Amino acid sequence: MINLYALPLVFLSLAAAPMLLGVINRVKAISAGRKGQPLLQVYFDLLKLLRKAAVYSRTTTWIFRAGPVISLAGLGAALLMVPWGGIPATVSFAGDFILLFYLLGIGRFFVIVAALDTGSSFEGMGASREAFFSALTEPILFAVLITLVRLTDELSLTDLFYQVTPILWTSSGAALILLVVILLILLLTENSRIPVDDPTTHLELTMIHEVMVLDHSGPDFAFVLYGSALKLWIFSALLAGLIIPVRSGSVLTDGLAFLSGMLAISVIVGIVESTMARLRLLFVPRMLVGATAIAAVCIYLTLK
Amino acid sequence: MLDMIFVLLILTGFVFLGSGRLQFGIRTLAVQGILLGLIPLLEGGSAWWGRISALVILSIGIKGFALPYFLTRAMRKSNVLHEDNPFLGFTPSMLVGILCLGGSFWLASRLPFLDSSQPQMAVAVSLFNVFVGLFVIISRRKALTQVLGYLVLENGVYIFGVAFTVNVPLLVELGVLLDVFVAVFVMGIMIFHISKSFDHIDTDQLSSLVG
Repeated sequence: MINLYALPLVFLSLAAAPMLLGVINRVKAISAGRKGQPLLQVYFDLLKLLRKAAVYSRTTTWIFRAGPVISLAGLGAALLMVPWGGIPATVSFAGDFILLFYLLGIGRFFVIVAALDTGSSFEGMGASREAFFSALTEPILFAVLITLVRLTDELSLTDLFYQVTPILWTSSGAALILLVVILLILLLTENSRIPVDDPTTHLELTMIHEVMVLDHSGPDFAFVLYGSALKLWIFSALLAGLIIPVRSGSVLTDGLAFLSGMLAISVIVGIVESTMARLRLLFVPRMLVGATAIAAVCIYLTLK
Repeated sequence: MLDMIFVLLILTGFVFLGSGRLQFGIRTLAVQGILLGLIPLLEGGSAWWGRISALVILSIGIKGFALPYFLTRAMRKSNVLHEDNPFLGFTPSMLVGILCLGGSFWLASRLPFLDSSQPQMAVAVSLFNVFVGLFVIISRRKALTQVLGYLVLENGVYIFGVAFTVNVPLLVELGVLLDVFVAVFVMGIMIFHISKSFDHIDTDQLSSLVG
């Protein structure tokens, strides 16, 4: 089903996505007692990068150039299927979440392949970690979706989130609270935020996402940066759809509630990042398997 | 509310499987003990008020505070703070935990019950804790962790009892509590003696004792 009237919201998402990173950075700066970079710094960075020329190493092939473009295209297409809480997404059909997450998967695949294409040992290391962690997050993701589908009896993200109402929260609050916790862990892992990966680190040995994109420059790096902002937006949107069960039917109320949910999520991510240290790399799989365990509990709860 | 407690009991089981620090394990056990103590309060129904409150106070006191206190002391005395290399690592243990959870829900749905209003979830949770306890006993090396495993197993049995038989005489329940209390007491002394004579509490090395 195609809702053209939701298209403006997609453009709004495209425009607002880097803002989440700005809010996270501002929260971190405030809690560290710094003044911090301007809220719009990510936009400035993107504009600066887009004006620059890209530098390509002679060892790379077309794969390296295609990586950022394909990944950004995948994310953009995925954005069409993400509902704003109760407001329908532009494109929705039964099973659209599978397409959505595999579009993200294609993006990640090409970023990984592009990293391997450079032949740098650091980038290979980052690529291997990224592949490992995403293999661990995938069962969690699908366990979350199975739980949501079982709770609401709907098969598309739009209908599914439309059913997440205060009534559902009162009837199966336990499962929903667990889902929120798991989705937060997923958001932090998938977007390489702090307990898993430190986006501000400058040591290649400990990086995951950043180390894979070291060789990208100019517009390519802008695409990568913007792509990670979009990915953060998509995961936050799913989480916001759960924690803000405002389904009044009016686009204005729902939209504002959704946006305030997004703001709250980036503040929470900022707080998590400023209070926690990065986990040792060995502990990340343990945390993810723990999240899988919680997800299994969720599924069993809905089986009753 | 009761559902919430059962979910938390499952989660503490997983925390227990995934953590190697003994102090943390003991705290988890204390939390589990307090959660267990609250169950009769929430589902007591028609039982006599004084009896329930006595049960709640005693079980929270013993499982939530006294036992953790003794275990912490045993841990300090034996000078073992961490389960170093279990037979099966912590991450695989959690995977085994997921299997146990599936198995216990399956078993709980298969068992025939007379009164099917509340118990299915309770049975699943109790079986899960029994499995987790057994698994910890066989997969960890340190005697103290095995004691913790025994207590988790016992918690599972306790959930089963509380969920089903609100009307079991107070004396029986208190008797069980006393048994556990004495058992932990004895095990604490054992651990102390093992660590005093061998400088460690690795139980798998006990098999190579020479007469």
